[in-house]
Amino acid sequence: MSFLIAVIAAQGDVEEHVLMARMALKELGMEGSVVATIDKKEVAKSDAIILPGGESTTISKLIHAKSIAEEIKKAAKEGKPVMGTCAGSILLAKHGDKQIERTNTELLRLMDIWVKRNAFGRQRESFQAKLNVKHVGEFEAVFIRAPAIMKVDSNVDILAKIDDYIVAAQQDNLLAITFHPELTNDTRLHKYFISLF
Amino acid sequence: MGNMQLEKLRFGTELIKRGFAKMQKGGVIMDVTNAEQARVAEEAGAVAVMALHRVPADIRAAGGVARMADPKKIEEIMEAVTIPVMAKCRIGHIAEARALESLGVDMIDESEVLTPADAFFHIDKRDFVIPFVCGARSLGEAIRRIWEGAAMIRTKGEAGTGNIIEAVRHTRLMNYAIEQVKEMDESELYNVAEKYAMPYKKLAEKVAEEMGIKLSEDEKIFGKYSVAEITDGLFDVLKEVKKLGRLPVVNFAAGGIATPSDAALMMLLGSDGVFVGSGIFKSTNPPAYARAVVEAVENWRDSKVVAEVSKGLGEAMKGEEIDKLEEMLQTRGL
Repeated sequence: MSFLIAVIAAQGDVEEHVLMARMALKELGMEGSVVATIDKKEVAKSDAIILPGGESTTISKLIHAKSIAEEIKKAAKEGKPVMGTCAGSILLAKHGDKQIERTNTELLRLMDIWVKRNAFGRQRESFQAKLNVKHVGEFEAVFIRAPAIMKVDSNVDILAKIDDYIVAAQQDNLLAITFHPELTNDTRLHKYFISLF
Repeated sequence: MGNMQLEKLRFGTELIKRGFAKMQKGGVIMDVTNAEQARVAEEAGAVAVMALHRVPADIRAAGGVARMADPKKIEEIMEAVTIPVMAKCRIGHIAEARALESLGVDMIDESEVLTPADAFFHIDKRDFVIPFVCGARSLGEAIRRIWEGAAMIRTKGEAGTGNIIEAVRHTRLMNYAIEQVKEMDESELYNVAEKYAMPYKKLAEKVAEEMGIKLSEDEKIFGKYSVAEITDGLFDVLKEVKKLGRLPVVNFAAGGIATPSDAALMMLLGSDGVFVGSGIFKSTNPPAYARAVVEAVENWRDSKVVAEVSKGLGEAMKGEEIDKLEEMLQTRGL
């Protein structure tokens, strides 16, 4: 049976993730397909799930309205790899900051991490920088109105930091990345994600 | 930032600017005129708001010169919501754009909805850290704006009319032109680039004519760029369009979108998302309208959902027929 990756197509840079995941599969020499979907049956069938970047307030509403949230939670508990980038990383968190509370953004509450929205500021403060990412190495990371992880429980592995801000973290099969590997041509983080299967 | 050396952080790169626009895909950006409307938009699931002094329908009705919104109003809106806040500057008004940048708005719309400030040029948007969105009626306008550094394109449509025909016209024109580009070889593409470079010559040609002199090819006619450099730049963007089979930046629909099915129509024609201007807050039930447009954009492939969310919304904005208009805003800025 071939490997199926679902990119949740509620809103955001879905297509970029689809292309990167396809490239990663190809480079790994794996049989598989990648779909952009908001069909909960298709999400249920998938072996791995990606929550893209976008606006967390918007994406949260849409995945909860369409009961996709339940399928993502189920997949995560079954041990399937789930990766969230930027807005996606916010949705994976158990704990949100004031902005997240104020906007009543419903989180999936899967990872024992504390996230802060727009942690580095507005678009003017968005930046790119080379980072060291555990398991992957030096990586050109693009931060766009990015969140940061302020705190993690001891069961969470910190993969990358900028100063005191955690920007990539792993809890078993779950990956929270506050930047956008899908905007570069570097497939290593997507390959690492697939290797969690 | 601690162990990260500050000089290693790079700001305002093309990747960051175009990347910001990509995060808006599949979303609805709503015009708002105060903090309360901004919160309604955010609550409905808008991906961003456009902070304005008046919505386009009221700008149209009020007449006179339309300028950048009051910075105090923009700041109030920025404080009210957590989603990105965009604001409009006049075409070519570098000082308004710099003012908006200093306020920290997330994207600037160099917009024909406001009265143009420069009859010759748009802003050289590459000089800014903040990304820009610009309107376009045709592939040529889009290519020029992208070469100038726009990180996002939207159709001009005809703002403030609640009439979708112009947004559809501009999308169809652009889509068809892109199909042509896909079939062209490099020399044909270069000819198109030469044609697309013509509007940049207006100023130099006018002066040359007035002075009775001849315009030389290597003269700098727009900032530091000569005709040849502009043509090469436009040619590069055209090659990118050919390679990708679409614009190399996010492409939204705007100008006349009034109902959820209008929004769904624009998605069906290939738009990456929609701007809704007067449509929401000129309807009789803005919160319901806002939510319905968001859902229609999300579910445009599923007509049942579009029909469902359109039920009992109250009245849409009244709208206007294009040939009854006194002024076409879309003709501003080539």
